Order: sequence, then C-alpha cells, then structure tokens
Amino acid sequence: MEYFLIIISAIFVNNIVLAQFLGICPFLGVSGKLSTSTGMSMAVCFVITLATVVTWLLNRYLLIPFGLEFLQTIAFILVIAALVQMVEIVLKKVSPSLYQALGIFLPLITTNCAVLGVAITVVTKEFSFGSAVPHMFNLAESTVYAFATSLGYGLAMVLFSGIREHLALSDVPKPFRGLPIALITVSIMAMAFLGFSGIV
Amino acid sequence: MAAKNSILSMALCLTAVCLVCGAVLGSVYAVTKSPIEEAAAAEARAAIAEVLPEGGTISEAMQADGMEYYCSLADSSVVAYAVKSSTGGFGGLLTLMVGVLPDGSIWNTKVLSHSETPGLGAKCTSDPGFIAQWKGFKGNFAVRKDGGDVDAITASTITSRAYAKAVAQASELVLSLNKED
Amino acid sequence: MAGKNWSLITKGFFKENPTFVLVLGMCPTLATTTSALNGLEMGLATLFVLVLSNIVISLISPVVPDKVHIPVYIVVIATFVTVLQLLMQAYTPAAYRTLGLFIPLIVVNCIILGRAEAFACKHNCWESALDGIGIGLGFTASLTVIGIVREILGSGSVFGWKFIAGDGILAFVMAPGAFMVLGYLLVLFNKIAKK
Repeated sequence: MEYFLIIISAIFVNNIVLAQFLGICPFLGVSGKLSTSTGMSMAVCFVITLATVVTWLLNRYLLIPFGLEFLQTIAFILVIAALVQMVEIVLKKVSPSLYQALGIFLPLITTNCAVLGVAITVVTKEFSFGSAVPHMFNLAESTVYAFATSLGYGLAMVLFSGIREHLALSDVPKPFRGLPIALITVSIMAMAFLGFSGIV
Repeated sequence: MAAKNSILSMALCLTAVCLVCGAVLGSVYAVTKSPIEEAAAAEARAAIAEVLPEGGTISEAMQADGMEYYCSLADSSVVAYAVKSSTGGFGGLLTLMVGVLPDGSIWNTKVLSHSETPGLGAKCTSDPGFIAQWKGFKGNFAVRKDGGDVDAITASTITSRAYAKAVAQASELVLSLNKED
Repeated sequence: MAGKNWSLITKGFFKENPTFVLVLGMCPTLATTTSALNGLEMGLATLFVLVLSNIVISLISPVVPDKVHIPVYIVVIATFVTVLQLLMQAYTPAAYRTLGLFIPLIVVNCIILGRAEAFACKHNCWESALDGIGIGLGFTASLTVIGIVREILGSGSVFGWKFIAGDGILAFVMAPGAFMVLGYLLVLFNKIAKK
C-alpha cells in the first residue's frame, strides 16, 4: 500500500515538473517533437533510477559513517556525471540500437537538475505515507520513488510535446510565439495537475 | 598540446583540483561547524521556550516512541514537556513543537515546518483563532466535523485534522511517560 | 576601459539577461520566486557562486587539459556551492530552509557552467569577475521582478508589506502562477526589445 501511495504521489500529486519545478530546461528544450521527448523521458527515467540507487548507497555507507554529509552536493554531482558517462560507454558497446535511441540525450542529462534533485531529496527529506510514522526512505522506497518520479517526468513531457506539436500549427500572436506560449501552456497543465493534490 | 592532454597530466590536474577543493571545504566546514550547531540549537531553544510555561530548566533532547521531547524541570520535578511531533498533512509532512503539561493538557503549540497549500492549509501558522484555541486545550483531539472539540481552519479540514493528530500524539506520549514513572 | 567594464556589468540586465534573453536557469527562477524576498535571496546566492567560480575558472583554465575541463569546472562550482550551503546554514538558517533544495541545485544551474564555458575560460580574472557580477545581478533582478509580480498578485503584498487585506489570487503563489507570470513577462520583454 505504501509503495502504491509513493507512486501515485510522485507521478501525479507532486509531479516533478509541474509541481516541483525540476528538470525544466530539457522539458522546454526538447519537447518540440513527440519522438524526441519520448527518447529523452526514457533516458531520464533510466538515469534518475540508477543515480538514485548509487547515490543512496554512497550516502548511507560512505558519507554518513564518516560524518561527511556536508559533501553530499559535490559527491553526488560527480557520481552522476561519471555515471552518465559510463552509461553512455556501456550502452554504445552493449546495445547500439538503444544507444541510437537514447545516446544523444545522455550528455544533456548531467546538467538536468531533476537527477540531482531527486538524489538529494530522498536522502534529506522525511516522508510520511498513509499512517506510518515519518521516516527517511530506505533503499527500496527510494528506488520506487525515483522510478515513479521519472515516470511523472515522462508523462508531463509526452503530454506537453503533444500539445506543442499542435501549437506549432496554430496562429499565435507574434510576441507569444515560442517560449512564452509554451510556458502559459505549462501553466494550464500545472493547474490541471493541482486537481490531484490532497488525494494521497 | 600533446603533453597537455596526456593521461598523466589529466590525472594530475584532476587530483590537484580535488585536493585543493577538499582542503577548502574541510577548512570551511571546520570554521562553520560550531556556528551551524549553535544556530540549530538556538532555533530549537526558541521554539521550546515558546510552547512551555516560563521558568523551568530545559533538559537535553530525549527519545520515546520515535518522537523527540524535552522536559522542563523546576525543583527537580518535571513541570512540562515539549514534544516534537510530525504527521502527514495535505501537502507533505507537518511538524509541530507541542508544549504538554504532565496531565496531558496542552500549554501551547508551534509549527516547525510544513508544506501545506499557501492561503489554505498554510493558515495553520497564521490563523489567530486556530492558533489561540491550542493554548490550554483540553478535550477531544478531533475536529468538530468528526465530533471533537477542535475548530478547524475554514476549507482546510485535512490540515486541521493532521494538526490535531500531531497534538494528540504529543499528549499521548506525555501521558504514557507519566504512567511509566 | 571604464566603458568596457561598465558594459560587462550592465549587459546582464538587458542585452544578455539570463532569464529573459538567454532563458537559462529556469528551475530556481520558477520555484523560488513565491515572494520578492525569496527571489532576491536566490539571486544573491547564485551571484555568490557565479562570481567566485568565474574568478577561479579564469585563473586555472590555461593549465587545465581540454579533455577534463568540464569535470574540473564542476568540481570548482560544487565546492563553492558547498561553501555557500555551510555559510547559509551557519548565518542565515531561515533563508537556507526556505530555498531548501534549490541551494545545492545551483551546481546544475546552466547559467554558471554556461558562463564558465562561454566567458571565464577565455578572459582574464578581472573581466570574468565583472561578467559574473553583471550576469549575477541580472539574474537577481529578474528573479526579484518575478517575485514582486507573484507576491502582488498572490498575496497582495510587496517584500512582506501588505497593501490588500485578506488573500490574493492563490494560484500565483502556487505552481501554475510561476509558469504564467514568467510566460507573460517574456511576452512583455519581447515586445519592449522589438522596439
């Protein structure tokens, strides 16, 4: 039950883009076409989940035992950067077809604040789902949270790029063209997602 | 350029940068460690002082049932407890500091952190009627809608329920502590 | 020379405004501008990291091998962000709590790495410092403006000074308002810039 609540909360209620404002740059940058946004979402999904697992372990078994929590930021960003590079190299060798699909998005992901944001959130924040006593996430909960969050990212991205494909064809007043109308569209999407608040 | 890009020079460069940065961070950490602890302690002290009757010496933090609490001692007997109590509110975790007298009645409460909706649930930190009712509160810790004695914030029943639950937890903790003694 | 220095500082406000022209660093721009004060604090925090990292990167970039320059820059930036975190925790704990997650996330703010790549590694220390101040102040100004607009509409106050009794239009303090205010301010900026 708790996992179910985590998933619903991460995808809909606290959607990473529309409620937490993380990963906005790629969200606005590559959402012009449905195909690229699907590719980007899958790459983000893969990296967020992997990075969260690795940084959670790093934090639990290296930083906390040595009292080095203040190094979280620097340690996490280095691990994420290295991880993205490694994923790129491994993917290139192991699965060229997957590399074709995700490869071009991988370098962009290091500076996607969604990855670092989720990694930091799961090790610094206490959560309370259902009636359980508030507690820090354990490894399984962190992984589920990270995966669900990135699904939420994908959902917002795919919905948004669908709308943007239509926007490209419509007659928008000149000063609104491009980013402004996109932002106003996101605003309306965020309003729709506000309707989910309070269900968990 | 060849020498500049050799593996050795790259490794040396990265090592040097990391060493310098590590040294800088280590020293800044050492310098700011006690101010950070002091700032956190001062905040905790201020919150505790606000929810407890005046006088009394505040004890060190203690743990029971997963909650943190402090005792206020006067003439070596406990006159009141300050309990840090959290529940899930509407938007996330709601954490309170609750001042409780040994008989389980409430002296005062204060919100430490919350993520309630601005203008609705977030009024639990500003709504004068809602805040004032907790001073000396005694009775059923449930909102009136559920048959209790708590006046809920308008349009924010979930936040009010969570608040009442956090206060109730604190009161129960104090009652159970006194039973053990 | 004086004119050049001056233009390095002022370009951040209009010509190369990081928010409205370069459209960088959107996450903190949207997330922390719930009030004018929060926007200002976030802008100043970013300014601190930007100036220091620009100075250090302009000094070390001649000796850093090309292939590892990105990791080196990230380490430098992350170091200053951690220094900032520690200082804020010690001396401004309230602001640190309000801005929360977005202080460590300054590391991945594209403005900072962007300035390091586009400016600091090609210019001397003095110019890089001025560039950092200029862009940082431009960012601070934009965040403060967005914060002021959202605070007026959402809470009926400016910098905490209330001029309308009761609540404002709450949506502007929440997520949808952030996107909407930024969208309309961009329209306004486009309109003015065209003239």
